[in-house]
Amino acid sequence: MAAGHDEAKGNGFVGWLPVLLSAGIFAFFLQFLPQIAAGDTLRVEWAWAPSLGVALSFLVDGLSLTFALLISGIGTFVLLYSNSYLAGHPQYGRFALYLFSFMLSMLGLVLSDNLIGLFVFWELTTLTSYLLIGFDNESPKARRSALQALLLTGAGGLAMLAGLILLGAVGGSFEISQLVPQAEAIKGSGLYVPILILILAGTFTKSAQVPFHFWLPNAMAAPTPVSAFLHSATMVKAGVYLMARLHPVLSGTELWFWTLTIFGAVTAVFTSVLSLRQDDLKQALAYSTLMALGTLTMLLAPSSGYAITAFATFLVVHSLYKAALFLVVGCVDHGTGTRDADLLGGLARFMPFTAFTAALAGLSMAGLPPFIGYIGKELIYANTITAGDAATFVTVMALAANALMFAVAGVVALRPFWGKRGDTPLEPHEAPWPMLAGPMVLALLGLAFGLMPLLAEVNFTTPTVAAILGDAEKAKHLHLWAGVNTELMLSLATFAIGGLLLALYRPVRRFLEAADAATPSFDNGWDNILDALYRAAKWQTGILQSGNLQRYLFTIFATFVVAVGGTLLLKDAVNLGVALDDMNSPRHWPELVLIVAAALVTASSRSRMLAVAALGVQGIAVALIFISFGAPDVAITQLLVETLVVVLVAVAMLSLPFLDERGKNDRRPKDMVLAVLCGVVVSAVLIGVLQGPLDLRLTDFFETTAAPEAFGRNIVNVILVDFRAIDTFGEIAVIVVAALSAYALLRTTDSSRDRDEEEEELS
Amino acid sequence: MEFLLAITIGVMVAAAVYLMLARNVLRFIFGLILISNAANLAIFTAGRLTPGAPPLIKEGAYAPAEGVANALPQALVLTAIVIGFGLFAFALVLVYRAYTTLGTLYSDEMDAAEPKGPAQ
Repeated sequence: MAAGHDEAKGNGFVGWLPVLLSAGIFAFFLQFLPQIAAGDTLRVEWAWAPSLGVALSFLVDGLSLTFALLISGIGTFVLLYSNSYLAGHPQYGRFALYLFSFMLSMLGLVLSDNLIGLFVFWELTTLTSYLLIGFDNESPKARRSALQALLLTGAGGLAMLAGLILLGAVGGSFEISQLVPQAEAIKGSGLYVPILILILAGTFTKSAQVPFHFWLPNAMAAPTPVSAFLHSATMVKAGVYLMARLHPVLSGTELWFWTLTIFGAVTAVFTSVLSLRQDDLKQALAYSTLMALGTLTMLLAPSSGYAITAFATFLVVHSLYKAALFLVVGCVDHGTGTRDADLLGGLARFMPFTAFTAALAGLSMAGLPPFIGYIGKELIYANTITAGDAATFVTVMALAANALMFAVAGVVALRPFWGKRGDTPLEPHEAPWPMLAGPMVLALLGLAFGLMPLLAEVNFTTPTVAAILGDAEKAKHLHLWAGVNTELMLSLATFAIGGLLLALYRPVRRFLEAADAATPSFDNGWDNILDALYRAAKWQTGILQSGNLQRYLFTIFATFVVAVGGTLLLKDAVNLGVALDDMNSPRHWPELVLIVAAALVTASSRSRMLAVAALGVQGIAVALIFISFGAPDVAITQLLVETLVVVLVAVAMLSLPFLDERGKNDRRPKDMVLAVLCGVVVSAVLIGVLQGPLDLRLTDFFETTAAPEAFGRNIVNVILVDFRAIDTFGEIAVIVVAALSAYALLRTTDSSRDRDEEEEELS
Repeated sequence: MEFLLAITIGVMVAAAVYLMLARNVLRFIFGLILISNAANLAIFTAGRLTPGAPPLIKEGAYAPAEGVANALPQALVLTAIVIGFGLFAFALVLVYRAYTTLGTLYSDEMDAAEPKGPAQ
């Protein structure tokens, strides 16, 4: 990845600025730690769209502060690491901008107290992660993975938006802190089930629960530091975060418990099996991330102190070791040119610091004492054996997943560094210090928290439990040694099974590869869904957008007939009986007969001259009607325009062909039916209007003010040039624009036509 | 008289729609002229018909005599006639230009932007 760039040049200012900014953000959040650890919460609010109940409100409590520190802390290290990993990359500025924006969106997400504000930040993380996953935009694989992540989490996000709006409507507020006291009312409401399903659709897609898990391993197409950030503490934890945040509002029902337990447990076991199957170290870590997400989901199912303490602990544990390991894999990739588990071995001699870091993080991941990972695992077991009806199921699932994680930790963190030296593309060399600092600090923190569990308990787990369960008393203590108990036995069983799997790694992997190849792939299923969607889009576009003017017009007129005619029929608005009494004005019969005859001749004529002549007759007959009924100005204009129309058409026809090709006829029965229906509907509407009362207020106003105020005696003229002068001015502008456009169309020389003519002359 | 005129306008609209649905864009233009006239006449008729009394104010008077024609629809129709003429003139030039460039007056053959053929 980084090999092709001018590494010596570095990234300069653009490389260091985001590191300093995010370190500043981390320090800013760190100052709240004593206050939050003491049991306080902070809340700030700015109005955004008050009429909609949407505010930019932020809540700092144990849960959000833990997340904020993980995000900004790991973010700082990741930006520091990227600056070396992508040293001299021509697009580094873009990369740093995306990563930093992503970090800010993520911080907004975990701090927001308003459901709509939270959703906005949620979608911002979706968009920025799309840009990050697709950062290598010349690779079709990266583009596909980015789009897959965007569509899947975006679709989940839309479902979630509906759920959040319903939740706000039922609870009477969009502020989460105000929804907590309403929890019982919300759970009792008839909308509880749809709310839960819609919100879980969002969190399960974001946190990649089976069967939506496949986007996450694909998202490894992103540069390694991005994977380290997105898949340790941020993007995929957003779903888990939201479930934790809404835990006080939505949990405690059978539906909540069983949905989270089953999805979480199945995800944890299924993906840890897949994790062991991978030969790419990064892919193995990606699948183990899914295992962690499944475990966290499972831990949020109950409301017991053990479960939530285990959740809070494992959240911190996983973020620390997973970010460290992803970054270590990046160092290995950087130093050797490969991430293939089969090619790597004996790297400890060449990359001692990387090996040391990997060992620390791997031991925490394996859940060995005295690392915090061990404490996390003990708490998980403490929760599963007290899980009531589900105890056996979740304990077995947790045991399986943890044993598999033990083996994966060995594969990722130990095998590449010990044993026989592998055959790597590059001569192995140690990574530079900015790439080692982050993973080493994170891995050492895992050890420090393990040796001093009180540090993690006071600052992170107890405040988080207090934020979720509303009571710091329910938080359990973190111990390295809790005596000989069931949890310890389960841990020993985990190590035994995990060690066995590690010892039999090659045959186990071959078996898993065969099994994986024999089962249908979710990724292919996704392709099929997308293909079907494209086909459906093409099919419906083909129907709606035929590109044929006649069909468009037919649709428009048919819609007019159905909508207006249907309304008339439904409302019974027209009384046709009255209309037929109106035959007693013989003086004007000639004009009407002329109009009807001329219209019919125009419509049916096959001769251009006849059609134009009939149009002229019809126009003059209309002018006669205007003049008969007290509108001389209108009549004069009509006569003038009608003359111009006929002249223009006649001139244009000098160079246009005949109406119909020789031997062809213009008989269209279907169009005729529609045309007649249109005519009937227009007549009916007009008759309906004529039967109604006439509002003369405007006319009265113009009649009484024309002479005294506008000093004009011709009321029509006064209206046009005085009362509606701007309108008339606009009308003049329209005519000028039409004239200019027509002039432009006529003047531009047309080379293609000339060429055609030349060709015709030649042939 | 109004109701009779309403039916006449219906006939004009029917003829206009039939013309506008034709393949040949010159027929479409004929339909456009016809439907503009029908619309103008409809506005005029909806304001009620008053034979032989234009809306004028006599010298010295400050208001028109009782029972003059409704001035408002006349003003609207005047505007509409002129705008309709602008539209017609532009459409006619467009048709002329389309014919000189594309060599056809049939709307379904004007497909330079999206040629027919197997979908991509």
